[in-house]
Amino acid sequence: MKLVFDKSIPGRKGVDLPPAGVPQAKIDPTLLRSSPAQLPELSELDVVRHYTQLSTMNFGLDSGFYPLGSCTMKYNPKMCEAIAADARFANLHPLLQMAGGLKESQGALAMLHHMQDLLCEICGMAAFTTQPMAGANGELTGVLIMAAYHRARGNTAKKVVLIPDTAHGTNPASAAIAGFEVRTIKSDRSGDIDIEALRSALDDSVAGVMLTAPSTLGLFNPNVRKIADLVHASDALMYYDGANLNAIVGRCRPGDLGFDIVHLNLHKTFATPHGGGGPGSGPVGVCDKLTPFMPAPLVTETSGVFKPDFDRPQSIGQVAPFYGNFGIILRAYAYILRLGCDGFADVSETAVLNANYIRHRLKNYYDLPYDQVCKHEVVFSAKRQAANGVHALDIAKALIDRGFHPMTIYFPLIVPEAMMIEPTETESLETIDEFCDAMIDIARIAAENPESLKACPTTMPVGRLDETRAARQLDIASI
Amino acid sequence: MPYTPHSASQREQMLKTIGMTREQLFADMPKDLGCGAPHIAPGLSELETLQRIDGLARRNNQPGISFLGGGFYDHFIPAAVPALVGRSEFYTAYTPYQPERSQGTLQSIFEYQSALCRLMNMEAANASLYDGGTAIFEAVMMAVRITGRNKVIIDSAVSPIYRAMLTTYTANLDIRIETIDAADGRMNRRDVLATIDDSTAAVVAANPNFFGAIDDYSDVAKAAHAHGALFILSVYPISLGLLKSPGEMDADIAVGEGQSLGMPLSFGGPYLGLMTTRKTHVRRMPGRIVGRTVDGSGREGFVLTLQAREQHIRREKATSNICSNQGLCALTSLIYLSLMGKSGLVELASICRDRAAYAMNKLSAVKGVSVKFPQSPVFNEFVIELPTRADTVARAMVAKGISPGMPLGDMFKGMDNCLLVAVTEKNSPHDIDKLAAAMEGVL
Repeated sequence: MKLVFDKSIPGRKGVDLPPAGVPQAKIDPTLLRSSPAQLPELSELDVVRHYTQLSTMNFGLDSGFYPLGSCTMKYNPKMCEAIAADARFANLHPLLQMAGGLKESQGALAMLHHMQDLLCEICGMAAFTTQPMAGANGELTGVLIMAAYHRARGNTAKKVVLIPDTAHGTNPASAAIAGFEVRTIKSDRSGDIDIEALRSALDDSVAGVMLTAPSTLGLFNPNVRKIADLVHASDALMYYDGANLNAIVGRCRPGDLGFDIVHLNLHKTFATPHGGGGPGSGPVGVCDKLTPFMPAPLVTETSGVFKPDFDRPQSIGQVAPFYGNFGIILRAYAYILRLGCDGFADVSETAVLNANYIRHRLKNYYDLPYDQVCKHEVVFSAKRQAANGVHALDIAKALIDRGFHPMTIYFPLIVPEAMMIEPTETESLETIDEFCDAMIDIARIAAENPESLKACPTTMPVGRLDETRAARQLDIASI
Repeated sequence: MPYTPHSASQREQMLKTIGMTREQLFADMPKDLGCGAPHIAPGLSELETLQRIDGLARRNNQPGISFLGGGFYDHFIPAAVPALVGRSEFYTAYTPYQPERSQGTLQSIFEYQSALCRLMNMEAANASLYDGGTAIFEAVMMAVRITGRNKVIIDSAVSPIYRAMLTTYTANLDIRIETIDAADGRMNRRDVLATIDDSTAAVVAANPNFFGAIDDYSDVAKAAHAHGALFILSVYPISLGLLKSPGEMDADIAVGEGQSLGMPLSFGGPYLGLMTTRKTHVRRMPGRIVGRTVDGSGREGFVLTLQAREQHIRREKATSNICSNQGLCALTSLIYLSLMGKSGLVELASICRDRAAYAMNKLSAVKGVSVKFPQSPVFNEFVIELPTRADTVARAMVAKGISPGMPLGDMFKGMDNCLLVAVTEKNSPHDIDKLAAAMEGVL
């Protein structure tokens, strides 16, 4: 489809603005740009048609099943969208609270305060900040808290963070960008972090261990408490990557498992939209001894008045301009109110039931490297099909032609030809069955007519795109 | 339960199919780890939830007339913007890992990168960062990587919020931040230029700066380049309807807060981190990048490219830890810029400039009020000095339904009587008259 710029007609306009209604002011010409930015010249309808057409070349959760593993593509309730659009929240200026309008900002601050408390209760932590603006930003915040804690204790030797080889790439990247050295710990045969390898890596230089529970293989590590004891015994901290909280939410709390720092992905477990790649929200919770290091401000309450608390001398400081992605936090808050105490156990149970149902239905057709009860997601391997020339990528593209969004492929890295399927709790049995039928059909074709899958997808506006050319003949802007 | 669809009999059927009981689904979790349901209130119906939230919304009261800015601006948002962004094919999708199924998201990001380059007069843009503050941090990290140096000079007239964020993010790194105090509300040229040396990775400035002053930093860029350092400029994108662009000043990395491009203030987020640079630095740039390519039949299409920079491939050696961008916010800004168009953005910036000048005249005519930095040219924001504490004045005026601006006493020493006033197209000349009259009333 043509770019929006290529539809431009000189002189056409999409908005009309009011007259200034005051005398024209002058700015020194040396401070002005030499010519206007070459933005499109289109009518409102041109713009509406262009982006409506582009939207039809997309696939969202509302379009169909989206079992993208590790991303928890659960339904985003429309109620939450309506709430976030409410002008009484949407028009509130974040500086009003510090510009004579603390009283006029009480609704927003009360919500944030209640949200901090709710997340503490759900995760078993002592304090929560809503500042981090995405999961990876939460990781960085958590690791900075880790650094501040050791620094405050004068423990300058703590320079290493241990991370299992199954971890999301953001874990090592966040630790590195915070100034830590990263050491990778192998997984054992059951897919859990190798305890012996961990034990021998735990020396005085280790500041903390970052774990995902259940792991990215969708497996819950039964030794997690033992690991926490080991880590704590060498004066290191336990970090919980909350990407997979959906599997245990409502029945088990990271704090009770021995984790000291937790980040959540509100766009996963708490049902806020993924937005085509953000905005997300990555609140961070900590145990009691780490509360002094939390980012400032937190929202506090004194005799019924909510206010930002900047007076936190040991704080790592601000990680976001205010309280993070407020509009996203508000959506998640509404979702938590809606679910309440019993709703979350139902979320995790149904998510786990759905994943195990898929595991059961597909295990005769695809290789299952870890054949045991899984949690919210199940990881298959296309090894069997690959022997016949059909790879995980081909299976993914065949799913597109059958009306599904593919699963995550080639992650986790330790599983060759990985296909990571996360159905979430909001999908119906009928949808899941249709998906399994499609996967079984693709497995049959992979055996009978493997070549035919190489052409997929054939029903899309474009076929498989040349990614090598994209990187070599870099064309990243039309200027 | 809300949002879980299975009937009781379907649940039974599924358990029977897999040959497990409900308890066995969680048999791998040792019993003593279980802590049961969280101690929060029982769930509410949708109607009850909406009523509860309405109770909170009633406790917010953004004054109908507001001159509050400080880096976050109340601009008019055409109705077509939320209508298009609200299409669920956009907002319920995720990162476009499967390009054939995600051409809508991918083409729009490519258009966003293009629009941003055109606005900034820069050569390359990423698919967005979280906000203006993290964009400065990422730009600094980029400069440190490119130059292999660790000294960063920043003008104190860059937003104090962003400077605080930069301090937080670099606390555990071997990076020296040297903050040069502004003089009369503008960059202290002499001290900045004297501080640049061969260990300098970058000089960071903002246009307009936090006090609203506008400048041409071409000389600073030149001085930085003479020492092999980079010049990083943070901008307010609406001002680029009129003001000299980062590219015209020869900036190496241009960043900014994109909120003003169609996003509501929403008490601090979600916002949009803008980042652009030179083509030569693209491989050192953080974040997603979309490129144009072709399929097997030669049809044009778009893909995520240069992913070897990113955390999911490079892990601890990645250019950044960022995973998601602010995709929907980037789309919002693109649709906003497409509607405003070439002439609309110029008109909009002109209205802001003209009304700000009018407001400056009106307010300085109020007895006891003066413009704090009369030598500084401004775009749409400026500092006034009051005969009394600005926070007291602001409080009194907000209580009367007019937010006059941001008191600066908590942010800058010795500025207790100073107020930062921002004007946008939403402030009519009549509103400005009311502001001046109300201020006269409380002083």
